[in-house]
Amino acid sequence: MTHTTLDRKPRSTSDGKRRPSPDGKRRFGRPSAGRQHHAGPLTYVLLGLAALVSLFPLYWNLVAASHSGERVVEAPAPLLPGPRLFDNLTFAWNQVDMGEALINTTVVAGLVALSTVLFSTLAGFAFAKLPFKGRNAMLALVVATMTIPPQLSVIPLYRIITDLGWVDQLQSVVLPSLVAAFGVFFMRQYLIEALPVELVEAARMDGAHSLRIIWHVVFPVARPAMAVLGMLVFVQAWNDFFWPFIALTPDGNPTLQVALAGLGAGNHTVDQAVVLTGALISTLPLLLVFAVLGKHIVGGITSGAVKS
Amino acid sequence: MATSLRAAADGTPPPAPPSSPTRRATPPPHSGRRSRLYRWDLRLSPYAFVAPFFLTFAAFGLFPLLYTGWLSLHRVELGGDAEWRGLDNYAHLADSEFFWNALANTFTIGVVSTVPQLLMALGLAHLLNYKLRGRGFFRVAVLAPYATSIAAATLVFAQLFNTDYGLINTVLGWVGFEPVDWESSKWPAQIAISTIVTWRWTGYNALIYLAAMQAVPQDLYEAAALDGASRWRQFLSVTIPSIRPTILFTVIVSTIGATQLFGEPMIFGGSLGVSGGSGNQFQTLSLLMYEKGWVTGALGQASAIAWVMLLLLLLVGAVRMLFSRASRKKLGA
Repeated sequence: MTHTTLDRKPRSTSDGKRRPSPDGKRRFGRPSAGRQHHAGPLTYVLLGLAALVSLFPLYWNLVAASHSGERVVEAPAPLLPGPRLFDNLTFAWNQVDMGEALINTTVVAGLVALSTVLFSTLAGFAFAKLPFKGRNAMLALVVATMTIPPQLSVIPLYRIITDLGWVDQLQSVVLPSLVAAFGVFFMRQYLIEALPVELVEAARMDGAHSLRIIWHVVFPVARPAMAVLGMLVFVQAWNDFFWPFIALTPDGNPTLQVALAGLGAGNHTVDQAVVLTGALISTLPLLLVFAVLGKHIVGGITSGAVKS
Repeated sequence: MATSLRAAADGTPPPAPPSSPTRRATPPPHSGRRSRLYRWDLRLSPYAFVAPFFLTFAAFGLFPLLYTGWLSLHRVELGGDAEWRGLDNYAHLADSEFFWNALANTFTIGVVSTVPQLLMALGLAHLLNYKLRGRGFFRVAVLAPYATSIAAATLVFAQLFNTDYGLINTVLGWVGFEPVDWESSKWPAQIAISTIVTWRWTGYNALIYLAAMQAVPQDLYEAAALDGASRWRQFLSVTIPSIRPTILFTVIVSTIGATQLFGEPMIFGGSLGVSGGSGNQFQTLSLLMYEKGWVTGALGQASAIAWVMLLLLLLVGAVRMLFSRASRKKLGA
């Protein structure tokens, strides 16, 4: 393809008219800027519909949590917020121990995110920038482990934590998640491009040992990716269900997801408004994080998936 | 675990970077002891850095995986001793209508939740790729379901799908439909569960497609436009082929997720969740495994189901490899 001649021509639009590129600049540096047609009204209608479908169940969760239990199970379902949000929150917090579950979830997700980010950065750095024997084979193994479903390990793990008396102990859900293959791969992909090998070598020339290099060279360069990975892992650990549901019990020492599963199965004779208030308590913290940091999370998800 | 997979890149490891360039770091001129320490550091630190991952995987991934395989060849009850049974557990599965029912349900729910999900994600990504006012809002809005947990989303949808008072039947009533029994009838229940999966993951996949679309070289579109290709034509013959690896990746990841489906049917079924509804109408393989292991207490059979799931996923992986090899050949690369 005659790249240069095409590049000199002004961008063509769908209606066949020619006009200069919108910002008046040529993007020699970024030939991959993507298609930038202006959206028509239909696009906005469809996107508005998609946003509505995405957000409505969350809105309705809030609505249901603000009504009485009798009102929620009455047809037609309420569409506007009612007066009982605070009562329901108090009840869910005090009677169903959602407060305890919230603290447990925060502890678990926080520890898992911290340790995953730390260990993934170390391993990602080694895979990206350090030559060592067996590196390619080991990296292939890391990637291969991502396809193994948790179902393959829960039966032995359950026997082990039963023997250790760890059922309903938070370490039984933290330890298996200390580091994730996805995190290792994510950090490797980032550091391959972001960390110039000269930087590492210069530090070595100055006599820095590996831990110093990690602290003074790798961490500063990796910080943006570490932040994104931390958020992704936090969200995932917060919402993790299968293994926590087995290792913890709704009436023992549950995370939010386990407590919610217990409520949904009717373990407590509470009304649907309280159940949905529990759901709201489990969702709200993450939605707040998304509202504030959404742009970075979007960036992290897309970069993790495409840079390969 | 499914989540992490979804965020990961195309399954194959990309070609390793050219291993460290010609100017290898030479040790600084120091005393013998220091330089020996230095060499040890240089040689061993990479292994120390990757060790946490491999130790964690060995303890919580590989060992349990093999142990599950061993258990699947035994008759074991919770807390009891194992008794060698050879392939009996697998033979038993082959004879069990519950197993075939769960396998079929996993497959149908998987198809109903994955195919529309990925098609809609593709369309959504195409729309998000326009120059937009408020693009940040739209992107975060379609990603909001991803922040919602399985449990919370399922509890909300279980209310919306309630047969007697749910909003969905109310709306269907306005349009003149009879109320649908979303929980006890087989297909409606499977559609309802698939809706929850689709709701949670469509926006996420759309953003992955969007990133891939933005990496398609502009030149290709310009050349196609010069050739008189319509926008729809460009979408079909430029966009789709260009992001094929990404599409393949999302298909694989969604398939893995669908194979393990557990939380949505479990919570959607309420007190009947473990058996997948009153007539097992939405019991998946994961639910059957859980029922065998934790309700019946037959750990050997539960382990056999887990290994069948692993074999299914290996099969998917093999198909994937064939596919990507074929497409590479086609492109002449």
